[in-house]
Amino acid sequence: MVALGERKRRRRRDSRTPYLLIAPAVLAMLAFLVYPVASVVYYSLQHRQLSKPWLDGFAGLDNFTRMLTADPLFWQSLAFTAKWVFVEVALQFVLGLALALIVNETFVGRAVARALVFSPWAVSGVLTTGIWVLLYNPTTGLSRYLADLGLMDYGAAPLADPGTVFSAAVLAELWRGVPFFAILLLADLQGVPKDLYEAASVDGAGRARRFLHITLPHLRDTIILATLLRAVWEFNNVDLLYTLTGGGPAHQTTTLPLYVAATAAQSHDFGYGSALTMAGFVILTFFSILYLRLGRWGVNR
Amino acid sequence: MSTTEMAPVAPAAPPPAPPVRKARKPRWEIYLPLGLYLLFTLVPFYWMVVFAVRPRGSSSLVPWPISLENFETVWTGMGFGVFFQNSFLVGVASLVATTAIALPGGYALARFRFRGRRVFLVSLLCSQFIPGAMMLIPLFEIFRTLGLVNSLSSLVIAETVFQLPLSLVLISGFIASIPVELEEAAQADGCTRLRAFFAVVLPLLRPGLVAVGSFAFIHSWNNFLFALMFVSDQDKFTVPVGLAFTLGEFSVDFGALAAGGVVAALPVVLVFAVVQRYLVQGLSAGAVKG
Repeated sequence: MVALGERKRRRRRDSRTPYLLIAPAVLAMLAFLVYPVASVVYYSLQHRQLSKPWLDGFAGLDNFTRMLTADPLFWQSLAFTAKWVFVEVALQFVLGLALALIVNETFVGRAVARALVFSPWAVSGVLTTGIWVLLYNPTTGLSRYLADLGLMDYGAAPLADPGTVFSAAVLAELWRGVPFFAILLLADLQGVPKDLYEAASVDGAGRARRFLHITLPHLRDTIILATLLRAVWEFNNVDLLYTLTGGGPAHQTTTLPLYVAATAAQSHDFGYGSALTMAGFVILTFFSILYLRLGRWGVNR
Repeated sequence: MSTTEMAPVAPAAPPPAPPVRKARKPRWEIYLPLGLYLLFTLVPFYWMVVFAVRPRGSSSLVPWPISLENFETVWTGMGFGVFFQNSFLVGVASLVATTAIALPGGYALARFRFRGRRVFLVSLLCSQFIPGAMMLIPLFEIFRTLGLVNSLSSLVIAETVFQLPLSLVLISGFIASIPVELEEAAQADGCTRLRAFFAVVLPLLRPGLVAVGSFAFIHSWNNFLFALMFVSDQDKFTVPVGLAFTLGEFSVDFGALAAGGVVAALPVVLVFAVVQRYLVQGLSAGAVKG
């Protein structure tokens, strides 16, 4: 009897314990993630300009009508976002996978090589900008020294030229983004059972077949996760583009989040900015659903 | 760190079937692409460092003699000393807050099966899909209501909340990889659950905490957008905002920009060099696989 009561008390305490333990996290996220998301919905239906408070009030769908029918910049930024995300993620995936496969091999100096190759990942977008502004500068940049060696023409200014600004930004972001893919894939590569490869070699499978039939299937979930996370982060990339190109020239490199930030920061138009944000949420919801479907997340937990 | 990992390469071949052929041959199919990639990685860093340490007016690519005048300019003249202090404060505060909230939460996720756990896990994942830029407007309004606009605490709160989901998942992954039997043994020996946690789990969790803490620190050190939007006084700028300010100057002082870049990069690169091993470990501890 006593033992039973003791057990019961213990079970009851145990059933409350996990909730107490996650309570701080839940509260913090409710207050500063969930509530803000909800308030974006509210603001998007309001006229709300910090600089013109007398216009405040219910707007109905005004903000959305303006966004969808009267704002070419919205569509332009959406198109550029798609292009930016696709190019960055595709290139980062290919290079990141190659890099992970290389540093997963055994060779002299591997630990140092890993630390060096991954280091740009730790660096911020603004710092990346700073570094590449130095490199791209026509008078003191890398191109000048290459021109001194006869390898290039003088006077190339990749960031000022509308024809090259996109590639220049892509390259700078690749420098920082490839290591992320490589780290995630490397972590997963280390879990591939070695005897699978040995068995396959015994059966006469070559390098390419082992890669296709063992490595790639094993990496499947990580590839999906990394691709989607990276897509979201490139979608969300504000610091690099904001400081490298400022969204220019002529809004050519303005992504949707950059446009939101500009709307909030420069015109202080929180109502319209929230409508733009809603557009972003719709797109990101699509990514989340895709991931929950493909990644079977939570099933084996 | 590197020497301990490098040393075993040659002699570590396990006694049965030593892969002699693989270890001895210079492996060009590895060194060539790796070398090219290293060039791509390191030339930009080198470029920044050279610009930072060479004397003004010099255009030599071998910076000798080394001059620290650019650092003096940015550290005292442009206020990077203050920015550094601000960034450091925000970084450490969000590191502490993130770990303090994520540690019990991660423990609950790893060790208890409770109603709502799946929902919580999935919402953690979904919150990864909320971009910071999309949260600028509502967060700004919240901080305005709380009177926290233009204060470093707004940055700490925003950083912490954005770091929480990933930290929770990582920590619970680490705890799940520690055998529960160890705790049960301690409890059988008369420890309370709490004491078992402190005596058994926490010491084993150290690499995991290092990984999570450094993640949080690096992220908050690097974050630009929140610092740009929520803080307007120059004496409350963080390093990335100071750097962006330097970039935005009408005529860029390249020496100062490079020196500011070194100041911004040094802490994260140091932290990263020390913890990158734990990082890969931590990610393979099942955190990513879910």
